[in-house]
Amino acid sequence: MDISAFVLFWAAIFTSNILLTNFLGMCSYLSVSREIESSAGLGVAVIFVLTVTSALNWLVYNYILLPFDIVYLQYIVFIIVIAAFVQFLELLIERYAPALYYTLGIFLPLITVNCAIFGVSLFMIIRNYNFLQSIAFGAGSGIGWLLAIMMLAGIRRKLKEKMVPQGLQGAGISLIITGIMAMGFVGFSGIVQIQ
Amino acid sequence: MKMKEIFITSAFTENSVWRQILGICSALAVTNLMQNSLIMGLGVIFTLAFANLTISIIRNWTPRSVRMMVQTLIIAAYVIIVDIFLKANLPVISKQLGPYVGLIITNCILMGRAEAFASQNKPLDSFIDGIGAGVGYTLVLLLISFVRELFGFGTIFGFPVFGSWWTKWSIMVMAPSAFFILAMLIWYINTTFYKAKV
Repeated sequence: MDISAFVLFWAAIFTSNILLTNFLGMCSYLSVSREIESSAGLGVAVIFVLTVTSALNWLVYNYILLPFDIVYLQYIVFIIVIAAFVQFLELLIERYAPALYYTLGIFLPLITVNCAIFGVSLFMIIRNYNFLQSIAFGAGSGIGWLLAIMMLAGIRRKLKEKMVPQGLQGAGISLIITGIMAMGFVGFSGIVQIQ
Repeated sequence: MKMKEIFITSAFTENSVWRQILGICSALAVTNLMQNSLIMGLGVIFTLAFANLTISIIRNWTPRSVRMMVQTLIIAAYVIIVDIFLKANLPVISKQLGPYVGLIITNCILMGRAEAFASQNKPLDSFIDGIGAGVGYTLVLLLISFVRELFGFGTIFGFPVFGSWWTKWSIMVMAPSAFFILAMLIWYINTTFYKAKV
């Protein structure tokens, strides 16, 4: 693909938002968005982990899996890379930045099972991105995810005093709001097309 | 617990999607065509049943501290089988599903069932529970994709239902409709079947 990394970065945020058009990372999106502060914390952690793991997985795929012809192991290898990196990051933050650990630390275990992280790695392989494109795509997707969860968290805070039909409370109304947000993002879709 | 009871509980009364709001990602992504939903559902049933069985068999020898990692790797192994099978036998559908087959690994339903059921119950019970949860998931997928394909393409499983006069609703093919239909489904089920609990 000969799309510049810069364009890809913006496309990942707006025209093909990881959450609103590819539906990835829904589980933690729905459960964490009750609180704005937690949403921001998790969002920042996702941006960081996404950027680094997409770079790591690109290197692993192109310099280990391809030369040794073990591409069919990619799922297991990617999962291990992500889990190991998150574990490593947790230790590192705990040791050198205890203050950050208390705000970010509790979100790190949640990230290993966030499908957005794994999904971005898979998209990057399927679409044949080069190294720079992968980093841009990872960072853009992370920022897009943060944007989506912050918007939902803000709306849900306003919604607390409003009357919502009983059966729709919680997940139901969040999904409808997300649908409306997704419709808004469809408006960006003509600008640039990445599959 | 009886087999039938386990099956009914995990497939309907405690359905992962509408009761526990798990596995939403793929439930939304693959539901623009019924055919894709069915294949995806079958893949999840297979993975859930055998991953549950395996996790349950080794539950007494798995140290608690590495439990999650072991479960993830077992799930990943079965997902690889599904992926290779689809690539070999149904290459077109495999291409359409794209990364979402691999994403079965991080589907919360898998981890949810492994943690909540398979790590504490006998192998055969876990196997049934896996099939039940998978069937419940497939059911939701088919319901959503039925609406989306019918209005979006005017077809069901690729067969034209409406004639050529039908104007396709392009919103149904796009992302927002998936959110709306799932929300409506959850709303309907909550108010109809769970009145007492809600």
